[in-house]
Amino acid sequence: MKRKNQRTKLLVLAAGLAGVLILIYALGLLIPEKAVEGSFLEAGRPPCLSHPFGTDALGRDLLARTLKGLSVSITVGIVASGVSAGIALLVGIASAMGSRQVDAAVNWIIDLVMGIPHTVLILLISFALGRGMTGLLAGIAATHWCSLARLVRGEVLQQRSRPYIMVSRRLGKSGGWILLHHLFPHLGPQFLAGLVLLFPHAILHEASVSFLGYGLPPEQPAIGIILSESMRYLSAGMWWPAVLPGAALLGVVLLMDRLGEQLRRVLDPVTAQE
Amino acid sequence: MKRLQKAIFLCIRTVSLLFAVSAISFALISASPVDPVQQYILGLGTAVSPEQRAQIEAFWGVEKPLLERYFSWLGQLLCGNLGESLLYRRPVAQIIGERFRNSLALMGCAWALAGIVGFLLGCVMGMYRDKGPDKLLKKVCYVLSSTPAFWLGLLLLLVFSVWLGWLPVGFSAPVGALKEEVTVWQKVRHLVLPAATLSLTSFANIALHTRQKLIDVLESDYVLFARARGEGEWTILRRHGLRNILLPAVTLQFSSFSELFGGSVLAETVFSYPGLGSAVSEAGLNADVPLFLGITLFSALFVCAGNLAADLLYGVIDPQMGEGEKTG
Repeated sequence: MKRKNQRTKLLVLAAGLAGVLILIYALGLLIPEKAVEGSFLEAGRPPCLSHPFGTDALGRDLLARTLKGLSVSITVGIVASGVSAGIALLVGIASAMGSRQVDAAVNWIIDLVMGIPHTVLILLISFALGRGMTGLLAGIAATHWCSLARLVRGEVLQQRSRPYIMVSRRLGKSGGWILLHHLFPHLGPQFLAGLVLLFPHAILHEASVSFLGYGLPPEQPAIGIILSESMRYLSAGMWWPAVLPGAALLGVVLLMDRLGEQLRRVLDPVTAQE
Repeated sequence: MKRLQKAIFLCIRTVSLLFAVSAISFALISASPVDPVQQYILGLGTAVSPEQRAQIEAFWGVEKPLLERYFSWLGQLLCGNLGESLLYRRPVAQIIGERFRNSLALMGCAWALAGIVGFLLGCVMGMYRDKGPDKLLKKVCYVLSSTPAFWLGLLLLLVFSVWLGWLPVGFSAPVGALKEEVTVWQKVRHLVLPAATLSLTSFANIALHTRQKLIDVLESDYVLFARARGEGEWTILRRHGLRNILLPAVTLQFSSFSELFGGSVLAETVFSYPGLGSAVSEAGLNADVPLFLGITLFSALFVCAGNLAADLLYGVIDPQMGEGEKTG
């Protein structure tokens, strides 16, 4: 059998990771609402065969709730990091291509956003928008673009002084044409990897903010809410509502992180064959 | 002279940022659908007639335009008056002062611990690059930096307080004890778990950074020469490594105040520790606007102080920066 080269291996691995994530997402969506309805007969069961994660104090199956919560988390992660990455791309390019004043203004705004602790800023935005899903999404999207914007800015600045772009300019191509045909193809891979690497942060912040009671309403199945409820029963010795959903969240975050790393390595020609 | 200029520039920038933070947080709070007058009346606990309500509104100036309200608030703020908390019915400045003392103990311990442990582990990882210890520690770092801080707190709480019963469950002092009777030992025991949570989630960053810097140093020509002269690996680390990597590590640690504060919000909430972090979350949940604004501003001040310290440290201690001053 022909030996697969490293690039193919990385691609297969990345596809596998993405497949697992899609599976979790689909399971969360497909599980019917009935499965998370509680029955008090089954309240507070430790993990067993019919309830692998056990049941909570209201008798709801924790595995179903966790999966539903994870798919909510993944949705929030995708939307928030997509919006955030869009902002980062626009701001980064504007900062690198624009005038000196634009650049200074953008840097000042980045310093401003970085100047308030992220968690506090998300709480503030969520408060301003009356808590709930919108506030959560806006808060996460508004706080996560800074580092990616800096990356894009640095990359564009570096490329702009490269000979091939100078030549292109001498040949009379407009700024927009250069952006579209030279800079975007160059930025694409890094941008994509940066986007995927935003997911884990977005998901972690979603869970934290829901845990604090700001994000989703308490009847929604979110990991943060399950964990926050579990605190009440912790001293009674109910360990499973605290440990297992959190571990599932950690698993998803790690998967996302690995996926981002793999993508970055595949897309970067220097490391793709390593 | 140039150094002084830079310091002045940094100070002006910081002040401008703080003003912007105050404006933005004020605007966000004003945009909120939560009605502070309603919250205030709820907090009074008595029925309020519509006339009295109108009086309160007139007294607070709710009907005035946004800018006017902002400037009157800012004016009071600059005089040191942060208003009165709706939740605790006490001046906000007093609450922040009290809570910050608790938070400072927590964040200080976690910060120092994370810095020292992270730096040492980073050195070990760099020295054993791509060997067993490095691979293992790198995995640990990646997992810890992906772990939600509040979940780690819950795990520690479960293991050390509920199962083993070694450490108390929450708060900063035993429940029911008088403030004067709480001993230092009791305070320390209540501090251990939150501080451990906070430092465990934040040391990975500094460890990975130190590892990378140390690897860069070890690949340099001067280390190659030192090796050729017969210096042992640990001597090289002591003579050439530490001097080059310590400063960036310290600077990075100073610029991590933002994550530290964010982490403390979660850690303090899990352990019901009475610090600033749990106060800001409570203030937001109970629509205690003055306290919420006060702590937001304070946290921005805290982060700015860290960044300023990092910038100044870089300029003052780094000999390369000093040389740049002479030639440039």
